[in-house]
Amino acid sequence: MILPLEAIRARAEALIEAPDEALAGAAARHAEELLLFGEAILERWLAAQGREPTKGRVEGFRLLALHRQGARRDPSFNACRESCRELVYHSNLVRLDPAHFETARRIRLGAMVARHLALFVEGKLENARLGEFCCSSRSLRDRDRLFPEAVPQG
Amino acid sequence: MTREYKRVAYYPGCALEETGHAYNRSTKEVGKALGLELVELKNWNCCGAMEVKNIDPKVETYLSARNLAIAAEMGFEVVMAPCNGCYHNLKKAEYDLAADPATRESVDRLSQRAGHKTYESGSVATIHALDWLKAAIGEEGLRRRIRNSLAGLKIANYYGCMYTRPRHIFPEKDKGPGSESTAKPHFMDDLLAAAGATCVEYPLKTACCGGAHTLSDSDTSTRLVLNLLEGAEVCGADVIATECPTCHTGLEIHQVRAEKVFGRKTRVKILYFTQLLGMALGLSARRVGVHENFSDSSDLLKARRLG
Repeated sequence: MILPLEAIRARAEALIEAPDEALAGAAARHAEELLLFGEAILERWLAAQGREPTKGRVEGFRLLALHRQGARRDPSFNACRESCRELVYHSNLVRLDPAHFETARRIRLGAMVARHLALFVEGKLENARLGEFCCSSRSLRDRDRLFPEAVPQG
Repeated sequence: MTREYKRVAYYPGCALEETGHAYNRSTKEVGKALGLELVELKNWNCCGAMEVKNIDPKVETYLSARNLAIAAEMGFEVVMAPCNGCYHNLKKAEYDLAADPATRESVDRLSQRAGHKTYESGSVATIHALDWLKAAIGEEGLRRRIRNSLAGLKIANYYGCMYTRPRHIFPEKDKGPGSESTAKPHFMDDLLAAAGATCVEYPLKTACCGGAHTLSDSDTSTRLVLNLLEGAEVCGADVIATECPTCHTGLEIHQVRAEKVFGRKTRVKILYFTQLLGMALGLSARRVGVHENFSDSSDLLKARRLG
């Protein structure tokens, strides 16, 4: 079962609000959770489009594979690229050096990136038929209209 | 100093005449303080970023092409647009004109009907205020001119989405050392660091500000902005520096709304990067339009003896 976006956001918020000791004390688990938040958000997006979320990996991460899949057919989803990469980056930082003095802050910031991704996707799903939610996607839509043969399928 | 940027055409766009007036004022003042000349486009028009784009993309492209045609007509090879929306739209028009014969045809038809010469793609380069200062003055040049260092000030630099996305309309970016990055932009960080500030690592620097739906779905916009503000505070920032009037206004207004609607107060200040640079160059807060911001940063500036 894919978690609703609100539930994912609530879980990310619980991490943001958690005390430093609680975050640092379970650093490895939280690092994994950051990736899972992102994956769940992207799975939600793909499910809403009637697509089967990939089990594949890009650069060793399912999250990046899901982003690549999500960006197909909907150019404005490209805007999530940096958020997904920030989630991977923060998860890596925590996993590589869980005892670092900034671990709690890194987990918290990663959770904030996940919250942003959830809000963005929520907004996109709500507004899908009302207008474009993403300011910077117009050029991609125009390019896809002008050069349909260049649009990746799948 | 890069000679071609010492005197450039200036396209402020509509936001800089109204809600973003402080950005207009501070951009011009910084240019003056650095010996750079901005020549405003004569009789410029909307870039097409707002309502027009939802009605007719051809007219949107034409509107930007007309602004580029004016710059060419005035004899400029470079036009500087400080607003992310305008910058993005001029770049997009440039791309579409170069890549699509049908766009060239419609722009030509509309230009003829309007009675002016059709813009020829590639004749004017569009740059952002960040490109302008980075190339014309650079970090070293700026460092030499600093009179009131931003030392001790922690800044989260917020670029918004339209400065780097989508990548294909910014062919000059991602070209390695010295060029801007679309994944992790840094020009604003570089300039403010040269002015003495500590630029914090800010993972939300290109994240969505919810600007497109600030009226139709205000709560989502407020939540997005609140996350940006709280994120900056977790990063330890005193100030969020902006380089887009739409993002800037959104951050300011939703900071107030977040407190009113969700009871979430944030203390981080919001200033245009040009205001910060201006004060570092010794200009007063008034001169760079701090009094025109909605967000009140006077206590911070006073404590830091800025402006």
